[in-house]
Amino acid sequence: MAKLWVYGEMSEGKLNATAAEIMARARELGDVTAITLGAGAKAAAALLGKHGAKSAYANEDSVFDEFLAEPATDALADLYEKESPDLILFSFTSDSRDIAGRLAARLGVGLISNASEVGAKNGGFTAKVPYFGGAKVASVRANATPAIVLIRPKSFEASETGGTAEIKELAVSIGDASKRARVVERVVEASEKVKLEDAKVVISGGRGMGGPDNFPLLEELAGALGGAVGASRAVVDAGWVPYSMQVGQTGKSVRPGVYIAVGISGAMQHTVGMKTSKVIIAINKDAEAPIMKMADLGVVGDALKIVPALTAAVKAKKGKS
Amino acid sequence: MKIVVTVKQVPDPNSSHVLEADNTLGRDKEVVLDPGDECGIEEGLQLKEAHGGEVVLVSMGPERAKDAIRKGLSMGADRGILITDESLSGADAYLTARALAAAIKAEQADLVICGTESYDGSTGMVPPILAELLGLPQLTFAKKVEVDGSKVKVNRQTADGHMVLEATTPVLITVTAAIAEPRYASLKGIMAARSKEVKQLSLGDLGVESGERAETIESMADAEARKAGAVIEDDGTAVDQIVKFLADAKVL
Repeated sequence: MAKLWVYGEMSEGKLNATAAEIMARARELGDVTAITLGAGAKAAAALLGKHGAKSAYANEDSVFDEFLAEPATDALADLYEKESPDLILFSFTSDSRDIAGRLAARLGVGLISNASEVGAKNGGFTAKVPYFGGAKVASVRANATPAIVLIRPKSFEASETGGTAEIKELAVSIGDASKRARVVERVVEASEKVKLEDAKVVISGGRGMGGPDNFPLLEELAGALGGAVGASRAVVDAGWVPYSMQVGQTGKSVRPGVYIAVGISGAMQHTVGMKTSKVIIAINKDAEAPIMKMADLGVVGDALKIVPALTAAVKAKKGKS
Repeated sequence: MKIVVTVKQVPDPNSSHVLEADNTLGRDKEVVLDPGDECGIEEGLQLKEAHGGEVVLVSMGPERAKDAIRKGLSMGADRGILITDESLSGADAYLTARALAAAIKAEQADLVICGTESYDGSTGMVPPILAELLGLPQLTFAKKVEVDGSKVKVNRQTADGHMVLEATTPVLITVTAAIAEPRYASLKGIMAARSKEVKQLSLGDLGVESGERAETIESMADAEARKAGAVIEDDGTAVDQIVKFLADAKVL
């Protein structure tokens, strides 16, 4: 059986959802040990046990929350000496990226980043990696041991197995030399009603919305459907809406039950972040827009007329039922 | 303050990407300075304007990548270093970072600025590997950078806002496109760039062995396309059809 690690990224006491998603694939590839560091690590380790981790190492030292990347790299590198796993999986999210890169360099092994799939092949591991904003997909073989792979959020669907992990306290001793990149403060700029990543319905707007003044139309539809509002990179770059709403390669990845793309042409940069949505509906005045070729329902028309009418119809239907 | 900015020449985001038989990029097609790196150069130039010093651009790529460096020099950077070597063709993030680290180490920079990820590879792994190899702390995903003496303060982009980070120089930072609007090169800048130094180094010059690749691309295919569904003109019934779709998907 291959030995795997799944690193569970913690943020303000909570486990990043991607770790549980990664577990869905990892547990098929071998025996998984979860590693969680920082406030809430023990509860997070137990949660990953429910998702199939056989064992877990946890440490709740505040050093992992107060300093970026280096303390976690030290802890993982030390543990690697003792456990030598074959494959280490991280999520392709900010903190994990910082740690994975440093760990690879520390171990002298390189890594595979931004993967959407990982599997076993010929006694080793391969990963699928989108290139050129998602236009191409490469199959990449890891040559080094351990193989280190970073997985994009929403690549797999999380599911519980009902298992339990044996949780061990990870002994760490972090020197001052690793306490350099200090986290001073966390500032919330946009309080989302429904989190974009977790929403069952996502309604995203692009240039075709005409301007920032029209985005409240999307908010109203999202409100009626209990969904969240996203945006294309073009309108974020133009300053219409904040970056926290961006869906795509350099923004968030989402996998809702329904994704409604309004006035978005469907550049690869955007679609790589939403193409695994179960149902895609596109509203666009251009019948030839790339988004029309991937939508389950493409509506050619004026978004500024259709969206308010749709909101009214949704409200009317909800009122009846 | 000595500032190093890493830069990369990438296929023009607005061109079609044709791959060679060995899955490397056909880079004699249209190539440009990575748009993300332009933001890094701009931030470097603004910090130099505020605090004095020098901005050095470091790149790895074929000889043609000098054009990308020259573009940055025309924006106002002081000089450039290009690492170019036959054995670097198809280099992965680890080898790229090892080559860059060797060149940057010699510069003894106070600040190393990188983009968060390149437009083409999008691995985002060169900056953290580089930070580790250089023995520097890393302040990443910066949308704002403030320097006060040896103290560097960064607003790091998060899902719902930002995190304030601090470290003392020397430090490596990665910057998002929100950091600064890149300036256009003036005619004077373009003329001046012609006489600025671009030093060319081989792996041998840097004492770096290319070694075994950490990863091998086995195959490259077009991304799996979703099947297109129905496309309808809005003849007044579009809203009803969307409502039916939402009901079928059980979100309504």
